[in-house]
Amino acid sequence: MTNSVEIKNLDLQFGAIKVLQDLNLEIGKGEFLVLLGSSGCGKSTLLNCIAGLLDVSGGQIHINGTNVTWAEPSERGIGMVFQSYALYPQMTVEGNLSFGLKNAKLPKSQIESRIKRAAEVLQIEPLLKRKPAALSGGQRQRVAIGRALVRDVDVFLFDEPLSNLDAKLRADLRVEIKRLHHSLQNTMIYVTHDQIEAMTLADRIAIMRGGQIMQLGSPDEIYGRPVNKYVADFIGSPSMNFLEGKINEGAFHVGDLVIPLERYAFAGGGPVNGDTTIGIRPEHVVTGELVGNAPFQVDVEISLIEPTGSDTLVDCKVAGKHFRVRMDGQSRVSVGEKLRIGINPAMASLFDLKSELRL
Amino acid sequence: MASTRPNQLFRNKSAKIAAIPMIVTALFVFVGGTAWTIVYSFTGSGLLPRLKWVGLDQYERLWDTRKWMISIENLAIYGFSMLILVFVIGFILAALLDQKIRFENTIRTVILYPYALSFVVTGLVWQWILNPEFGVQNIVRGWGWETFTFDPLYNAEIAIFGILIAGLWQGSGLVMVLMLAGLRGIDQDVWKAARVDGIPSWKTYLFIVIPMMRPVFITTLVLVVTGIVKIYDLIVAQTGGGPGIATEVPAKYVYDMMFQANNLGQAFAASTMMLVTVALVVIPWAFLEFGGSKNRG
Repeated sequence: MTNSVEIKNLDLQFGAIKVLQDLNLEIGKGEFLVLLGSSGCGKSTLLNCIAGLLDVSGGQIHINGTNVTWAEPSERGIGMVFQSYALYPQMTVEGNLSFGLKNAKLPKSQIESRIKRAAEVLQIEPLLKRKPAALSGGQRQRVAIGRALVRDVDVFLFDEPLSNLDAKLRADLRVEIKRLHHSLQNTMIYVTHDQIEAMTLADRIAIMRGGQIMQLGSPDEIYGRPVNKYVADFIGSPSMNFLEGKINEGAFHVGDLVIPLERYAFAGGGPVNGDTTIGIRPEHVVTGELVGNAPFQVDVEISLIEPTGSDTLVDCKVAGKHFRVRMDGQSRVSVGEKLRIGINPAMASLFDLKSELRL
Repeated sequence: MASTRPNQLFRNKSAKIAAIPMIVTALFVFVGGTAWTIVYSFTGSGLLPRLKWVGLDQYERLWDTRKWMISIENLAIYGFSMLILVFVIGFILAALLDQKIRFENTIRTVILYPYALSFVVTGLVWQWILNPEFGVQNIVRGWGWETFTFDPLYNAEIAIFGILIAGLWQGSGLVMVLMLAGLRGIDQDVWKAARVDGIPSWKTYLFIVIPMMRPVFITTLVLVVTGIVKIYDLIVAQTGGGPGIATEVPAKYVYDMMFQANNLGQAFAASTMMLVTVALVVIPWAFLEFGGSKNRG
């Protein structure tokens, strides 16, 4: 697989502040890469650098094998979709789609056929003669995607395209973007702070923090084998439970509880002794009949219940620490009740207490 | 709870009561004063208003007076040039200032500063600057260009442009600040989108940004046009209407007739003509601007 976008040793600083540091990233042809992180982590900045909207301080950016580090955004073979849609408000939808093409002096017939195709793909044909003010948020974002589509480029950049939409529309349009990617097979780089978007859309996710990529991997890897405590905490909702303790003789000790680690796949091969944090996802805790099979079991008292419909989140204490358990939405439990929970250490993550790296 | 809908007249009572003095003042002073002026423009009032009807005599005399014709002509020249130039200069300054430059606040203050001066000060300052004896002409001749001539205020043909320079100096800052606020209100993503589309900057300004700034342009237009129509103090301070009557303007004509020539009827006719001129511009515009609002929702 050839690389569509290659980022080599990218640096960016504003004055003394380093926003991106020695960043390397290779994105394959047709890949859907999501840059995920909390605000201020540099994900949008990185996207703007790829688009050429920000000048880099060092390093190189290659798109389709060409060094475009200093090329104008329009010459890079990219299309971009923005959070605020950024449509030209006084032009019709058709005008919005054609403005860039007309400016590039494309023949009229070609402009028309491209607009026709984009409108078909995005189902905005009935809207072509309308102005953006007369469109809903979802329709506007569709037009904005159309504007990237008519450019007939290989690389699509999305800068939090769904953040301005309400929850239901966001879910709908998310599916549509995924479908679009399947049918177009373009390279897509997508910035978001929404982990659901990242998990559902991405071929690979790059988790960013402080201008660096913490972990780059498939959604499964990121979810199942987070490289450090930050990633583990960031991915998953409700977030992971953490307990601090010690590994001794192949078991994790916290308070007077001992969690056996025979089935845990240590990164170094064998168990490591020392101060450790164990991370257990609320959805990996079992209750009811399944508890019998779990290598580690403990009795807890329920202190709070959050029903969400599909699931019921139960708050309790394990070794004196807050601990959340995700139960089936049908479970009938009440506050103060005793509950037996089971944990499979193979599904857990262990992190060194100091370095916070995965063991 | 009351079972019937309360009388709409008594909703927000305190706000309505508070607004009454202003409503009365506005009706009495503006509407009443305007009506009174129009009525008396059909009389032969001299030093004091008298209801001695003379029909359209005052208007016939007005349009036969050379000073009035020159006033109108000057207002037209000054108005059109001012309107176009102040927008062009103000917008270009704002666009330059919008490039994330250093010392933006300082530069903005310096350019806006003239607006804080009264027209009398501006008029006097530019009277001196344009004076051939010790102004620009003298300085350039001092550099060795002995034949250099720049004395607009002493040449009846172009004297009004001397006024225009002073007016631009004073007015550009305000337009710039308003335009800058408008530019800052444009979503940065629109600029980015235009760059990705490969639209050159000037085209982005012309076809995307300026149309998006329509509300700011309208506000600015109203401010600039009212400033033009009521121009008076700048003329008095800078040229006193001279040389001869080369820089007379309608507002000054009204003032001169009212307080110097003791000819109220003539002054009222002139001010009514000014009102008609403004109405001819404002009414069609108001129809275009607000008339279609029901359709647009």
